[in-house]
Amino acid sequence: MLECKNLTCVREERVLFNNLNFALSPGEILHVEGPNGIGKTSLFRLLVGLSSPYSGDIYWQQQNIMSDRESYYQNMLYLGHKSGVKPELTALENLQFFHRLYNPSVELDLWDILTLVGLVGYENIPTAQLSAGQQRRVALARMWFSDCPLWILDEPFTAIDKSGVKVIENLLIKHAHKGGMIILTTHQDLSLPTDLYKKLTLQKPAIGEQYV
Amino acid sequence: MFDAFVQIVRKDLLGAFRQQSDILNPIWFFVIVVTLFPLGIGTDPALLARIAPGIIWVAALLAALLSFERLFKDDYIDGSLEQMMLAPHSLTWLVCAKVFTHWLLTGLPILFVSPLLAVFLSLEENTFWALFLTLLIGTPILSLLGAIGVALTIGLRKGGVLLSLIMLPLSIPILIFSTMAIDAASFGQPYLGLLALLGAMLVGAITLAPFAIAASLRVSVS
Repeated sequence: MLECKNLTCVREERVLFNNLNFALSPGEILHVEGPNGIGKTSLFRLLVGLSSPYSGDIYWQQQNIMSDRESYYQNMLYLGHKSGVKPELTALENLQFFHRLYNPSVELDLWDILTLVGLVGYENIPTAQLSAGQQRRVALARMWFSDCPLWILDEPFTAIDKSGVKVIENLLIKHAHKGGMIILTTHQDLSLPTDLYKKLTLQKPAIGEQYV
Repeated sequence: MFDAFVQIVRKDLLGAFRQQSDILNPIWFFVIVVTLFPLGIGTDPALLARIAPGIIWVAALLAALLSFERLFKDDYIDGSLEQMMLAPHSLTWLVCAKVFTHWLLTGLPILFVSPLLAVFLSLEENTFWALFLTLLIGTPILSLLGAIGVALTIGLRKGGVLLSLIMLPLSIPILIFSTMAIDAASFGQPYLGLLALLGAMLVGAITLAPFAIAASLRVSVS
């Protein structure tokens, strides 16, 4: 279970959001909404521990995430704006690296994964030469072999075609049914079952509280 | 844990061999800078042999400086650095793998071309071995110190100059002890003590620098 208590995020002396509280239990999908610049990506960077909050704490299984990063990171998959895919390596080499470093205990055949994300036939081309959507698919392929319960996905659908979006939605539903937790942002309309699906709308702080 | 180390080294080497100019440019730079000196100050063998240690070490420093950009910058731009910081392994350990690969790609080639430069600068055999040993011990220290500088300046748009300002003063002790050792060798004196001092610096750098690099990365990337 992931819990945020009284989270406040400040960027350049501007308060992006203050006193944000929410909790995510197994089997839930949380869609974080809000206009550009409201602080969605900043919230996600706090949730994964890349930056630290101005005030407030984040707990994973009742443990503060900053106190034991390694065990939190064993349970968390983050896909951000930057894909983390090495442009000079091929799709297969990138996936091999992700598999061995992040989920070495999962037994799998990477060719199956390449088939699932539609990259068979492109496996020997450096990712720099693939299209934007295909590069995105290389990064998203990690979701298929991740054994982490918590997925944090920042705009996962960017540059992905309609059929690809459908496939990923199904994967998200499957993950939630298995007891996984997902936090994502997207500007697309999702067709996810409502019993799994929660929305969190970020709002600007009240007028008097916008600056610290 | 060791597998994680191996994976990072493997990925970086693979990437470097796909972009060979990145490896070769600092080496070329190093060789060219050293060859410019005989052209500029004349070919008197005694003079060259006298200033050779200084030339080679300063050139090695500048070549190292040139190569530091690659250490974390590309990873920062394409997001691999973020992902590395979120890996279920100690960041300090993964950073060791990065620095080790950097040394394999920049320090080691300098060692390989050093016999050639010894011939250029008419070094005697005894002096050459002293030069080789100081480079062997000194270049890993440069990689470790440089990595701290890179980690601190990575978020800045024009971090290159700042990196040199941080990095060059820190490398002064290495330069002093290395050239002292080589000078001692050229006069036929024992230089083991100076090498031992360099060795102590290397041990200190290996044990402490990875923590500093990891901490600087956490600060710079946030």
